Amino acid sequence: MENVRAIVFTGFGVNCDYETARGFELAGAHADRVHIEDLISKKYSLDDYQVLALPGGFSYGDDIASGKVYANKLKYHLSGELEKFVSDGKLVIGICNGYQMLVKAGLLPGLDGDYGSQKATLTFNDSGRFESRWVKLKANPACKCVFTKGIDAIDLPVRHGEGKFIPISEEVRVRLHSENLIAFRYCDGAGNVAGEYPLNPNGSIDSIAGICDPTGRVFGMMPHPEAHLFRHNNPHWAREKCSDPGGEGAGLKVFRNAVEHAKERL
Amino acid sequence: MAERIYVGFREGVTDAAGNAVLRRVKDDFGFPAASVRTVDVYTFDCALSPQELERLAGGLFADPVVQVFSVGKPLAAGFDWIVEVGFKPGVTDNAGKTSREAAEEMLGRKLGGDVYTSRQYLFRGGMTRGQVESVSSRLLANDLIERRMISDAASWNPESGFGLIVPKVVLAHEPEVGEVDLKVRNKTLLKISSERLLALDLREMKAIQKHFRDPVVREGRAKLGLPANPTDVEIECLAQTWSEHCKHKIFNAAIRYDDGSGKARRINSLFRSCIRKSTERTAKKVDWLVSVFVDNAGVFRFNDSWNLAMKVETHNAPSALDPYGGALTGIVGVNRDVMGTGRGARLVANTDVFCFADPAWKKEVPPRLHHPKRVFEGVRRGVEHGGNKLGIPTVNGSIVFDDRYLGRPLVYCGTVGIMPSAVCGADSSEKTVKPGDLAVMVGGRVGRDGIHGATFSSQELNEVSPVTAVQLGDPITQKRMMDFLLEARDLCMFKALTDNGAGGLSSSVGEMAQLSGGCEIMLDAPPLKYAGLNPWEILVSESQERMTVAVSPEKFGEFKALADRRGVECTAVGKFTDSGDFVCTYGGKTVAFIPMKFLHGGVPQMKLSARWEERRNPEPEMPDEQDQTQNLSALLSRLNVCSKEYVVRQYDHEVQGGSAVKPLMGAQNDGPSDAAVVRPLLESGEGVVVSHGICPRYSDIDAYWMAACAVDEALRNYVATGGSLSRVACLDNFCWCDPVKSEKTPDGEFKLAQLVRANKALYDFTVAYRMPPISGKDSMKNDYVVGGVKISIPPTLLISAVGKIGDVYKAVTVDAKKAGDLVYVLGVTRSELGGSEYYAMKGFVGNSVPKVDAKAAYKLYRALEKAVSRGLLASCHDCSDGGLGVALAETAFSGMLGMQLDLRLVPREGAERNDSLLFSESQSRFVATVSPENAQKFEKAMKGNQFARIGEVNGSMRLVAKGLNGANAIDADIAELKKAWKRTLGW
Repeated sequence: MENVRAIVFTGFGVNCDYETARGFELAGAHADRVHIEDLISKKYSLDDYQVLALPGGFSYGDDIASGKVYANKLKYHLSGELEKFVSDGKLVIGICNGYQMLVKAGLLPGLDGDYGSQKATLTFNDSGRFESRWVKLKANPACKCVFTKGIDAIDLPVRHGEGKFIPISEEVRVRLHSENLIAFRYCDGAGNVAGEYPLNPNGSIDSIAGICDPTGRVFGMMPHPEAHLFRHNNPHWAREKCSDPGGEGAGLKVFRNAVEHAKERL
Repeated sequence: MAERIYVGFREGVTDAAGNAVLRRVKDDFGFPAASVRTVDVYTFDCALSPQELERLAGGLFADPVVQVFSVGKPLAAGFDWIVEVGFKPGVTDNAGKTSREAAEEMLGRKLGGDVYTSRQYLFRGGMTRGQVESVSSRLLANDLIERRMISDAASWNPESGFGLIVPKVVLAHEPEVGEVDLKVRNKTLLKISSERLLALDLREMKAIQKHFRDPVVREGRAKLGLPANPTDVEIECLAQTWSEHCKHKIFNAAIRYDDGSGKARRINSLFRSCIRKSTERTAKKVDWLVSVFVDNAGVFRFNDSWNLAMKVETHNAPSALDPYGGALTGIVGVNRDVMGTGRGARLVANTDVFCFADPAWKKEVPPRLHHPKRVFEGVRRGVEHGGNKLGIPTVNGSIVFDDRYLGRPLVYCGTVGIMPSAVCGADSSEKTVKPGDLAVMVGGRVGRDGIHGATFSSQELNEVSPVTAVQLGDPITQKRMMDFLLEARDLCMFKALTDNGAGGLSSSVGEMAQLSGGCEIMLDAPPLKYAGLNPWEILVSESQERMTVAVSPEKFGEFKALADRRGVECTAVGKFTDSGDFVCTYGGKTVAFIPMKFLHGGVPQMKLSARWEERRNPEPEMPDEQDQTQNLSALLSRLNVCSKEYVVRQYDHEVQGGSAVKPLMGAQNDGPSDAAVVRPLLESGEGVVVSHGICPRYSDIDAYWMAACAVDEALRNYVATGGSLSRVACLDNFCWCDPVKSEKTPDGEFKLAQLVRANKALYDFTVAYRMPPISGKDSMKNDYVVGGVKISIPPTLLISAVGKIGDVYKAVTVDAKKAGDLVYVLGVTRSELGGSEYYAMKGFVGNSVPKVDAKAAYKLYRALEKAVSRGLLASCHDCSDGGLGVALAETAFSGMLGMQLDLRLVPREGAERNDSLLFSESQSRFVATVSPENAQKFEKAMKGNQFARIGEVNGSMRLVAKGLNGANAIDADIAELKKAWKRTLGW
């Protein structure tokens, strides 16, 4: 498909919708920011899009639990459409609050094609605080994830109070590893997976920062690739500007991967 | 029938909130707590079947992975003490509101009653009841807005727990309209003003009395069935509109100013003669000012298609009573101001500056005040929730510490917005209101919260400060409303909007009505949080998250339909007219009738007297130590200098994706930036540069130089980072102690003279720097008076600078970049330790306050701007608190590089001691590093200014500086210096 269309969900406290849409645009797609109620009331249809993004934010103020209320909204109103979207071979990404929604709606990790039951959670950071800091992520080369293809390590910011990833059981934890569903893990400067704070900013089990479903087309991550679309987003840009002035930020690759995949396969 | 759902963490799962409380109990209270666990409680005041409750508990409230739940029966077990904290009736319960909405969604039906949230804290360890009591009242709950209950394990009933508490508001009261008898003597007039919290003085009360005595007015009123006396609706409306908060009476006063020579001169309005005059002078020379001092925020041109709007507010009085709620409403309130500018702006950055007393305060805390650490934490969290939840990056700020902020913390919150220069084919900065347009209230509902906010903040904090003035913000209701309004703006559904802030509907509708020439408000129209409010309360309530929009009747249908789809409440509460009158009705009857002219122009001008006298402080006599390393390290640990990373890391400064210079930069992402640079439009490489200046300590010597230094500091931070001098505006926020002479304030004339001098400096230096004030605010009664104890803040002026950088990649950061780079000092160091952080550390104030040489400074800034735009600087950092010594240390450790320096090379006039060379706070100075290949070009660009190369960056990890006699004055490991700098607030 030449003209890839991405839909970026908004509403009820989602707040990274502008820059997420911008990421898709810079990657060559057309992007629409659409209020979830306009999908529920069928003013928009998922059929018109190949990529779906649940952006970061504070849906419902993180009341009750982060992402939970919005996840329920997805579950009660759009679960059929979402499952069809995935089975049509299309792409879904959830970032930060959007990742929390995907996990809490059961769309991730989607083991055995079950996109309806919650198999993990994202809960309060061990620090007990909102953490706004840059982290380094190591990608899993064996992971099928479409969005992380060609990425080895990447610098991105985290900005969350509830980012600690916990699988529901030891079995699920083991399967995430053995089925290569872990796309990103927090690592140190040398690229070694790191468990200690603040390298792992929230205390996630096994330093898991992002996971995908077995198809590799549904993906969620806590750090924000849409906050590193430009070189100047990186806090070290000013130190390195002589060697690398201006230009693209590392996070844009995540959006490019999605758009390129959609162009080739959809 | 009410029911409770309890949710707690599974065994073995970290309870982060519990652990955070445990840390505070141990560190701040020193009590022997062993563990703290939390249980969240949801109380349903409605009928639900057992199956429904189970479904809600398992499918909504408890996380199946980490939490367990119980319906009806408490979860709490295995504790020594349990404390439950919930809201008092009528206090905004955001999570409760979400819970109701989410439960209704899940069950597919309306609940028919509210949901209330509370939290239980389960303590283990050998604490006494007194200790638990103290933790619950001083850490867990604020008795003003929250209820708390305590039980020990022995008296705990495991079946019913604390029982069912439903904090529902029941006002057993028939709304009524009262009459206020003004046919009384002066004494009674004053009594009416103080008893009703009107905050009006005798001249103002008499002006109202005179208006209602006017036979023509009486005749008109009689025709409408109104009494000769004002109704309570009218008197409250006048009090709100005429409040210091809304009308800035002190800034508009006629002042007789004696500069100490005995010769007095008359100043007619400081605002007009100093602030606006500066703007008007610069406006003649620049073409980028769009709208100044007429709207909620100042507006200037960003580029051909976009304008920027900025406003900075203070929320001091509410933050003293409830630091969390006060700060939260502060930030979301200023958000609405900018959102409500012109036809509406999208918000792109927040700023925050706080002034607190020492958080390690050991002495007793006077009645009605909170411990400074609680204030600090509450304010921090309030701004965190406001900024983060609304998705606005908090990009610039600082915290100033002085023990005189114990009585009133200062909470400055700023917001930058961006708007297309044209909206629906019209100038976006112009509001249009036509007679017949509907006055539509959008957002939250009206309750008793926030009644008398405007009048309360116009008074000192005293025994009878009203608790209703405290409100809690609701960021998500506001986010929904703002998203909706931007959507409606771009669909051309309205032509004017404004914030419902101080004074509520009376102010928002009243101010917009000036554009059409009148209005009529139906006080029975606004949706209420609960029944029983009197009409006057509905008119002046400052319940949050509301804006007023002027919508033409033919557009209202689609406006309302879109609001419904976005889950935003909106109600037409009246209409705009051209009758010339402000009219309110209730139940079809007229209950207020005030001519617009009297409402907005009737307040008599205050007449005040100011007398300046120079005050001499003891001049310190100290030996000049050869080795200043210890002093430098100690200064870096001082509250006013130390790293604020603890706060910065809890604020989202990245959201919206445009950040270029963040609050913390450098080799380890922890160096303190001078200013923030963000790109508000991801399609354009242009950036907004925001910085500020604040230096209240200099007020102890001369408020003129305090203000001059604040202006200079704001601009030098701005220019150090790369901001353009040809497009920079500023905002002034004055926080003063009461400057009106009275029994309570015998030194009012002196304090007013300080205000006069600060304004004169503001004029002198903003004109010299071509940095026009575009918006401002004043908060004039920052005193605490209880039981004979009076605490007054030092006169404090915050100057925020906002402007533009053409290309964000040209921005410069503070950290040293490379070994081999050359270190320069720009500007002259004088012996100006008066009011410095160094003197404060040694226990002195002194008299040699830093002065600003505007001409030399501006020339230097021009040269620096040119050098920065040519990419000649590797780093640049301004010298402020702690002087050159602190700036050099910060430059070095931010880059994790050493320096070898010779202080004898520093350009100086009269600073012939190592300590004054290092720590003098002379203004208009920078530390810059430059790569050797750029050195010649840099020196050429700086020609004609005072500057010198004083050494070199190296890879040694040591900061070494030769003193005046050639021996080392500083020799320190930069990692140690950084540690000292990070230790103090490394919570």
